[in-house]
Amino acid sequence: GRARPSHSDPRGRDGRGGEEEEMEGWQQLYPGHIPTSPLQKALLAAGSAVMALYDPYRHDMVAVLGETTGCLALPNLRDKMKNHPEGYRILQERPRIRLSTLDMARLQGLPDGSLGREYVRFLEDNKVSPDTRMPPKFVDDEELAYVIQRYREVHDLMHTLLGMPTNMLGEVVVKWFEAIQTGLPMCVLGAAFGPVRLSTRKLQVLATELLPWAVRSGLNASCILNVYYEQRWEQPLESLREELGIFPPP
Amino acid sequence: AVRLCRCRALLSQPAGALRARRGLAAGPEMHFGFQTVTEEERREKIYQVFETVAKKYDVMNDSMTLGIHRVWKDILVHKMNPCPGTLLLDVAGGTGDIAFRFINYVRSVRQSQLQRKLKHHQNLSWQEIFESYQNDKFNSLGNSQVVVCDINREMLKVGKQKAQHLGYSEGLSWVLGNAEELPFDDDKFDVYTIAFGIRNVTRIDLALQEAYRVLKPGGRFLCLEFSHVSNPLLSRLYDLYSFQVIPVLGEVIAGDWRSYQYLVESIRQFPPQEELKAMIEDAGFFKVEYENLNFGIVAIHSGFKL
Repeated sequence: GRARPSHSDPRGRDGRGGEEEEMEGWQQLYPGHIPTSPLQKALLAAGSAVMALYDPYRHDMVAVLGETTGCLALPNLRDKMKNHPEGYRILQERPRIRLSTLDMARLQGLPDGSLGREYVRFLEDNKVSPDTRMPPKFVDDEELAYVIQRYREVHDLMHTLLGMPTNMLGEVVVKWFEAIQTGLPMCVLGAAFGPVRLSTRKLQVLATELLPWAVRSGLNASCILNVYYEQRWEQPLESLREELGIFPPP
Repeated sequence: AVRLCRCRALLSQPAGALRARRGLAAGPEMHFGFQTVTEEERREKIYQVFETVAKKYDVMNDSMTLGIHRVWKDILVHKMNPCPGTLLLDVAGGTGDIAFRFINYVRSVRQSQLQRKLKHHQNLSWQEIFESYQNDKFNSLGNSQVVVCDINREMLKVGKQKAQHLGYSEGLSWVLGNAEELPFDDDKFDVYTIAFGIRNVTRIDLALQEAYRVLKPGGRFLCLEFSHVSNPLLSRLYDLYSFQVIPVLGEVIAGDWRSYQYLVESIRQFPPQEELKAMIEDAGFFKVEYENLNFGIVAIHSGFKL
């Protein structure tokens, strides 16, 4: 069976009124999709924000926050992609970055300094995998669900491009960059609240060196979702940075 | 981009869900929340729900009911009013809430019993008093026992851990079993309870028959379950809260929307008070009554095997 919209009043039990059965044709638009009412989205947004701050290991809460607050930023991003030749192709072909689709052996064999080699190095050094990204649940548009999925899968590549590790400091820097690039409220919140958990020494480094650079790069760079990374593994990292407009990391 | 709108063809049919509502399947169809599934699928899905939910079960109960479920369970045990020596079977007892309350209750009753006994013995020598303890096999529970039976391993696991953590060991047993086919002999138990479990049983009629079978003559059946709110205003508020807030709580606290979506749907699918009363009577119980708690959000049904 297919799940019915979560806000519906029960049908038929006491033959409740016809008006309530006038559901807005909510269905599951993609695998994993959970249709939600505006009230539910608001509650989710608030709840996930609190939980994400309370328990930073709840990455799923960060994901939920992104989905429930992205209603303005996501269409924006999608349009940016549509209006760019490479971005448009990505929307058409819907590439996914995951271990099963990546040819790890080939990427490892690429020369040092190339995007592919450095990406694999990043994954190994930080012991992360592209497969841990949450699939979207609360985005009520199938194309926008892909956009947010793409954003999540490209996150590790952001780390690679910016040369930032996955510790708290590195994540905050990447969040600032992403906040400027995507305008997603989740990134903005993450960027604003992330530093709360940093030590003073790290805060200093963040404020004096890393942030100004990240912000400048973010403003200067073209949309990072418009890059078909899977076709650019051989490209040297420096050249890609230059092409995008990301300044060299401090 | 093509919108993958697999809409109309796949929408579950409300008529089917209605027919399947009572668990007396028309054909192999049954309800799982608002979905329509086969009997086997339903059992499996429910097993998975509780497997997933087990670790956060207690936290979620507290969040969803704002702690009120504790009061409901207290009322159930008070209604039971067990005396020391009672043998209780708590079905779908998973994380042990009823079992622990039962033990606390008989322990305190036993305590008062012993105190009264002590008062009567005040004219005896300390030697005689000591010997009488030995003869009585000083038992803080007065030989009361509770068997916690659940179909789900994960729930039992959580229950056992809780018992250890809270210091319950005496008079407590944990058994893996199916309410529709209990691994116990006839006429064994004084009381049978099922708290927030019968809703998840696929064949309620079988579970009731089993309850009847394993109870001793004179034994009591007690069922605590979500039920039907008849007050229209309250009903709307309750629905609003159930459908809008509870799945969100499930997602935020347990990272699991779907299980809690199932929960609120299954409550709506469950027979209301009178209907459940009739089913209990059908199983052979006498003096079947029910008591609404919180305007029918929850009801306690009681019956006796005579």
